[in-house]
Amino acid sequence: MELLQLVIGGLANGCIYGLVALGFVMIYKASEGVNFAQGDMMMLGAFVALGFGNSDQMGLPFGLAVIAAMVLMFGVGWGVERIVVRRIFGQPQFALVILTIALGFVFRFIAGSIWGFTPLVLETPFAGQNLRGGGIVISLADLVTIGVTLALTIALWAFFAFTKVGLAAQAASQNQMAAYIVGVPVMRINSLIWGLSGAVATLAGVLYATRGAIDPNIGLLGIKAFAAAVIGGLGSLPGALVGGLIIGVVEPVAGRYAPGELAKMSPYIIMLIVLVTRPGGLFSQIQMKKV
Amino acid sequence: MSLLEVEDLAIHFGGVKAVDGVSFSVEKGEVFAIIGPNGAGKSTIFNLISRIYQSTLGRIQFDGQDITASRAHDIAGLGIARTFQNIELFDHSTVLDNLLMGRHTHRRTNFVQDILFLPKVRREERQHRRRVEQVIEFLELEAYRKKMIAGLPYGVRKVVEIGRALATGPKLILLDEPASGLSVEETRDVAFWIEDMRRDMGLTVLMVEHDMSLVNQVSDRVMAVANGRTLAMGTPAEVQAHPDVMAAYLGTGAAA
Repeated sequence: MELLQLVIGGLANGCIYGLVALGFVMIYKASEGVNFAQGDMMMLGAFVALGFGNSDQMGLPFGLAVIAAMVLMFGVGWGVERIVVRRIFGQPQFALVILTIALGFVFRFIAGSIWGFTPLVLETPFAGQNLRGGGIVISLADLVTIGVTLALTIALWAFFAFTKVGLAAQAASQNQMAAYIVGVPVMRINSLIWGLSGAVATLAGVLYATRGAIDPNIGLLGIKAFAAAVIGGLGSLPGALVGGLIIGVVEPVAGRYAPGELAKMSPYIIMLIVLVTRPGGLFSQIQMKKV
Repeated sequence: MSLLEVEDLAIHFGGVKAVDGVSFSVEKGEVFAIIGPNGAGKSTIFNLISRIYQSTLGRIQFDGQDITASRAHDIAGLGIARTFQNIELFDHSTVLDNLLMGRHTHRRTNFVQDILFLPKVRREERQHRRRVEQVIEFLELEAYRKKMIAGLPYGVRKVVEIGRALATGPKLILLDEPASGLSVEETRDVAFWIEDMRRDMGLTVLMVEHDMSLVNQVSDRVMAVANGRTLAMGTPAEVQAHPDVMAAYLGTGAAA
């Protein structure tokens, strides 16, 4: 029972890692680089939702505040690609790494100067509500987190598998030259993907905020989410989610049954094991050729 | 009026004049070949026409429209398709998906219709699949329909790229060395296909090719280029007999 309890909480946590990891993967596929500001985009998204929704701020209804925050953060992601990232197109990958680390600092500063550095709580309709049954307690926030992640994953899958724009994005991520030649506006698609990952990060931030207070440093969670993305193979959307779930579940279980500090190290230990045994990640698209 | 008109086209990379004032026009229904030694600027001309490179000087007109300032992703919609010397395919997708991606500019349904998979979307999808099946049949790719590109032999990938170009429903198709790396039999197939594209599909073909037997067999006119400039233009026989062309290939009395 205790284990089941840990696993359910871990899955909910893992969903948040997974959602941030999804953002890493989408941008990795579009811009062929890692957006190290992804965690900070999550943080900023959570604060924007708080700004729209909390009663002492703009006081919009919760659902509306979340949607407004996602729209605004879509704009932020889109703008970052359009105004900054596009200018370093063709530069070594390292340029994007440094650029996005700097962007992360900027986002933290913006959030800090608007909302301060003391932890704030996002007001949600399901705060502190629990479901009980069969000896385990599930918080409504956990349940919502798992449900929303599931729904978003299906929506993203449908978007990439069936829509004209989604297919164009897949094409552009596989071969930009070939995408251009069949008429895909590759640059416009890249902006869209950055916007989309801003919106997904916001949702992750809101879900994170349903589980506790937020401050401008929660973006550091992005490092764990990056480990999740690497475990999944960095190029695979389902892989990112699975990577997130693995880390989410292992963390609390290790915290309960293993010596103290191991829980904090566990995400990176798993990442190292995966990198050593399957260098391409669990869901690697690139298969080693058998000779 | 010619289908494609290129006037005084030039592109300079720093001090290197990769293409330096080339003019030619391709008539509707013609097979036009560009030949020349390596580094002559043949592929650069293709990249200028497909708008991957921005020209320094000159003008390109296609089907009565000035495309000199068009963007690379607008070219497919105008009716120009191309293949690449080094094959640019979607490597982690199937042959069928690569060909279907060629239909991209013909998709008319919007985001919401796509997500709901409305009857209109299904109708359109069936139509795209019919077009793609025609291409598969024409190029005899039936056996590879569901195969991943990454695992296919070079010759087949080359044909898939031609297939994707045809699937876009072009008026003009640019073939960048369609026979390079192919066996004698495969090259013969390419020659037949080019003939059929012109005769049965009413396409205009502009190709860059080194294999002179293929050039002689299929092309109406040939342009020889070297160092970014036109050396000679005319029938395949005329061009090959031209003294400048012989000099460029054999290096006799090479004058800069």
